[in-house]
Amino acid sequence: MSRFFSILCCYLGLVTGSHTANPPPQEVLVAAAADLKFAMDSLVKAFSAASNDISIKLVCGSSGNFYEQISNDAPFDIFFSADLGYPQKLEQQHKTLAPIVPYGTGQLVLWSKKLDPSKEGMNTLLLSSVTHIAIANPAHAPYGQRAEESLKHYQLYDKVREKLVIGENISQTAQFASTGAADVGIIALSLALSPQLQKEGKYWLIPPATHQPLKQGFVLLQHAKGNEGAKKFAAFIGSARARAILKYFGFGE
Amino acid sequence: MTDWQPLWLSFRLAFITTVLLLVISIPLAYWLAYSRRRGKAVIEALISLPMVLPPTVLGFYLLIALSPSHLVFTFTGLVIASLFYSLPFMVNPLLSGFKSLPPALREASYTLGKSGWTTLIKVLLPNIRPSLLTGIVLSFAHTIGEFGVVLMIGGNIPGRTRLASLAIYDEMESMNYAAASKYALILFTFSFSVLLIVHLVNNHFSRPDPLS
Repeated sequence: MSRFFSILCCYLGLVTGSHTANPPPQEVLVAAAADLKFAMDSLVKAFSAASNDISIKLVCGSSGNFYEQISNDAPFDIFFSADLGYPQKLEQQHKTLAPIVPYGTGQLVLWSKKLDPSKEGMNTLLLSSVTHIAIANPAHAPYGQRAEESLKHYQLYDKVREKLVIGENISQTAQFASTGAADVGIIALSLALSPQLQKEGKYWLIPPATHQPLKQGFVLLQHAKGNEGAKKFAAFIGSARARAILKYFGFGE
Repeated sequence: MTDWQPLWLSFRLAFITTVLLLVISIPLAYWLAYSRRRGKAVIEALISLPMVLPPTVLGFYLLIALSPSHLVFTFTGLVIASLFYSLPFMVNPLLSGFKSLPPALREASYTLGKSGWTTLIKVLLPNIRPSLLTGIVLSFAHTIGEFGVVLMIGGNIPGRTRLASLAIYDEMESMNYAAASKYALILFTFSFSVLLIVHLVNNHFSRPDPLS
């Protein structure tokens, strides 16, 4: 009996403790497309060095998933999408606070740990040593949709269909390729340029003309109303420093 | 530098869930053990359902149920989800504990004039201590391991819903294998220790009585 009461007191202490540990006023929750993972880490570091009273919380995932969540009022302040289509739909649903700001164009590459994709280009996928090809899920990941388009452009889609393994987002796709579980991955240039992948393997740029462009943009969401930190971060993305970081990770204009 | 927040969130969720489950499950298990209602099998099946259902099914229904009240993407929402997810792990040990008690024990207490409540608190519960411990420990450990449901209704928000199980998944996706294996090792060690304690305690309590 006394044990029960002491547990109850601990529980009450924890619960009341959690109420006082509310998030600090300047907290910004950012939903970022998975291809921005490494670029975002650099952006947040650069931003926080200048304004360390604003805490940026980052969640990475596929743009389509974030679109679904934000449509259902997920508490994100800013949404960075790998495809302008998603923020545009949110704008129509009146979920946005400010106009969409484009920040660059993404690019698709073939990446492999063991092979050099630049030798054969797209035909690398037809090699017999390639048994698994990783792509992002075309249903909700923009890079997956473009990968499918490129494959169909080169008339390789039906030939390599059984070899395809689907990553939940472009990050997981890159991870499949980086461990060698997939012999080749069709991933984002921004991920291929990351320190982890640069030293692990080689990439080949897939000609952008073979798929729809990956025009990327970010938008402030309704949840950010009154959140000065969010607006400051959004303004920072337009600065020269931020543009340089994005350019370094391959987000050309 | 390990980020301890996901581990702390997981432990907090497991603790709160376990305490709440204890409060809910004792009356529930008591009723299932001693009442004579006909529909008990249905209730028992419903309670055991989360053990068998794929977590994504549970997550799917919870998403639909919790969305209107804006509890999705919140820690409170995760607590509610965990109550369903870990319910069988508290109720079933308690239920088998109650059922294994000789009926004479309860009846003796009644004939001595004790109320149902006093009997429960002073006679029955102290005699099913191993089951109580098993229930508490298993619900706690099971909630720590929650992944599928949290992935569907949590939103992976750092500091609020990014539990340790999700953090491992995140670090793997970002190719931070060192960080992922640190979390994995901590959780592995914890789960193993917990099960070791449960088995040691149960073996101790089920030692054959040298006097009987």
